[in-house]
Amino acid sequence: MSEPLLNVAHLRIEFNTRRGTLVAVDDISFDVMPGEVFGVVGESGAGKSLTGQAIIGLLEPPGRIAAGEIRLDGRRIDNLPYGQMRRLRGRQIGMIFQDPLTSLNPLYTVGRQLVETIQTHTSMNHEEARRRAVALLEDVGIPAADKRIDHYPHQFSGGMRQRVVIALALCANPRLVIADEPTTALDVSIQAQIILLLKQLCEQYDTAVILITHDMGVIAEISDRVAVMYAGRIVEIGGVREVVKNARHPYARGLMGAIPSLHRRVEKLNQIDGSMPRLTEIPSGCAFHPRCPQAFERCRRERPDLVRVGESQVACWLYGRTS
Amino acid sequence: MSTSGAPQTSGGKDILLRVRGLKRYFDVSQPLLNRLLEGKPRQILRAVSGINFDIQRGHTFALVGESGCGKSTVANLVVGLYRPTAGTIEFDGQDLAKLQRRSELAAIRRKMAMIFQDPYASLNPRWRVFNIISEPIRAFGLLDDKQAIIDRTAQLLTQVGLSPQDGQKYPHEFSGGQRQRISIARALASDPQFIVCDEPTSALDVSVQAQILNLMSELQQRLGLSYLFISHDLAVVRHMADRIGVMYLGRLCESAPADTLFENPRHPYTRLLLDTIPDIEMTGRKRVPVAGEIPNPIDPPTGCAFHPRCPRVTDVCRRERPHLRPVADGIMVACHAVDAPDHLSGSQAAG
Repeated sequence: MSEPLLNVAHLRIEFNTRRGTLVAVDDISFDVMPGEVFGVVGESGAGKSLTGQAIIGLLEPPGRIAAGEIRLDGRRIDNLPYGQMRRLRGRQIGMIFQDPLTSLNPLYTVGRQLVETIQTHTSMNHEEARRRAVALLEDVGIPAADKRIDHYPHQFSGGMRQRVVIALALCANPRLVIADEPTTALDVSIQAQIILLLKQLCEQYDTAVILITHDMGVIAEISDRVAVMYAGRIVEIGGVREVVKNARHPYARGLMGAIPSLHRRVEKLNQIDGSMPRLTEIPSGCAFHPRCPQAFERCRRERPDLVRVGESQVACWLYGRTS
Repeated sequence: MSTSGAPQTSGGKDILLRVRGLKRYFDVSQPLLNRLLEGKPRQILRAVSGINFDIQRGHTFALVGESGCGKSTVANLVVGLYRPTAGTIEFDGQDLAKLQRRSELAAIRRKMAMIFQDPYASLNPRWRVFNIISEPIRAFGLLDDKQAIIDRTAQLLTQVGLSPQDGQKYPHEFSGGQRQRISIARALASDPQFIVCDEPTSALDVSVQAQILNLMSELQQRLGLSYLFISHDLAVVRHMADRIGVMYLGRLCESAPADTLFENPRHPYTRLLLDTIPDIEMTGRKRVPVAGEIPNPIDPPTGCAFHPRCPRVTDVCRRERPHLRPVADGIMVACHAVDAPDHLSGSQAAG
């Protein structure tokens, strides 16, 4: 296959606090191919949003990248100086946040925000940029875009605002868009519209997407591949059908079984007892071992690495090498 | 069709809660002076505009709908946090509006409890868990003896999967799922028959959600509880409910036994919801998203509130509001496009 668009290798994100160093993301590696929708799923605190922030260089202090490399098109981007990173952000990597109300400036019309972004990244004059902004709003399905462009964010509904945010992220035609919980703040019937729109636009613009969400349904709907995160580590990466239907890691399998289905009713949902450990008390060895029904001695001592099992990669001592 | 094992709610069953013609309007007008100066009319938000349902003893009735459809308002009306604008709520044969004396009200309130959505906001952060859970016992004067209260609280904590020692801790020492367990223990403290659950798991992660849903089912079986379960998540509702009411802009558009509703949705809105919601089944079929958005409840569309988004809309939908009427045994639908068999359509005129 072709070269990966994004390569994350051994990324480690730490927080220095008064009580010592907390490791929020611990040695994760993955590739994102051009044009692919790559899902990152996990429960709150798994480190999925931090991973997204690290890639786009928006990690907030005291969080910092303590080790590892992030490469876009083979070029290292995790250690770029501020100015260069700023040019790359938006131009090469777009970002869609969870809450569309906080990612738009309430004091400016959406048109002004779009034109400003377009002009930052291209050499268009104001007229051209405005025409492009109207075209973008039409692309994201906003009716009467030439009128709506002069409206303020509060004049749009939640779903429409998220469409504007998607338009903003796609302004400069980036190679990669990081969508962090893009549909969580929306109603269910609007969610489906936004997900489909995202998928369709990324095909149209040939943009890769890192889709960060806790909602497995959203992942199953549009992702090509998915990484499952637990306590700052990736426990399984694989094709989305493989992971949903045939998860190998006990946590991933438990997670899939815990999701109630629309299509069949079970007597009792599969439950994973306990909850995800706090960052201050991550267990030794495999972080999942205290909750794992299949844990054995080695899981408590040694941390498993991702190994290839079939088409997927799994970090679990039940699979692969025998030491 | 309705051959599934789900119970059919029709006359003669053991009905615990009966809601008839329930309405709640909110006045959201500008202040009087502004209205006079700017010539603006009064604005009334019809959060709940006339709904009927029954809950059978020991069963779960779920209300689903998107935000702003009025489902939480119904929950608050049922437990008495709001007064209805019109309509009646009968609990165990007693009309709640007719109860005037404090002692009578207290006797009914004891039998009802509520679990809220956000376990971070619903527990007093300055109280120890023991005090949070034992408050209903003390407030209703159920037990006098201090030791008896301690024992009862310990039993409640054990029942929801926590340890009696946890009573000495404060809410911030617990995770979201554990806090929701504390909320459940508190709800159970007055030995209720009926619990209103307003989005009890929507603030929780999926694996924790599964724990709480399993706990709630288990408690229902063990204690014979009835639930009014409010949620926007259809998959969760399918798992929990015996019967489901789908709400849209303050009205019920369909009410049916859970399995029937999912296997054979009749109202176009129910169909669209089921068709569009992302699911992990990966059937691979193309989704057709619901066009448009939920209208403003202050200024709802004429006729059927769903008509601007409905694929089966006709002229009559724009003019006349359809009434909820039976279309098959135990299934009620409010839609002009859904035909009722002749022998059931008699009650249509009464609406």
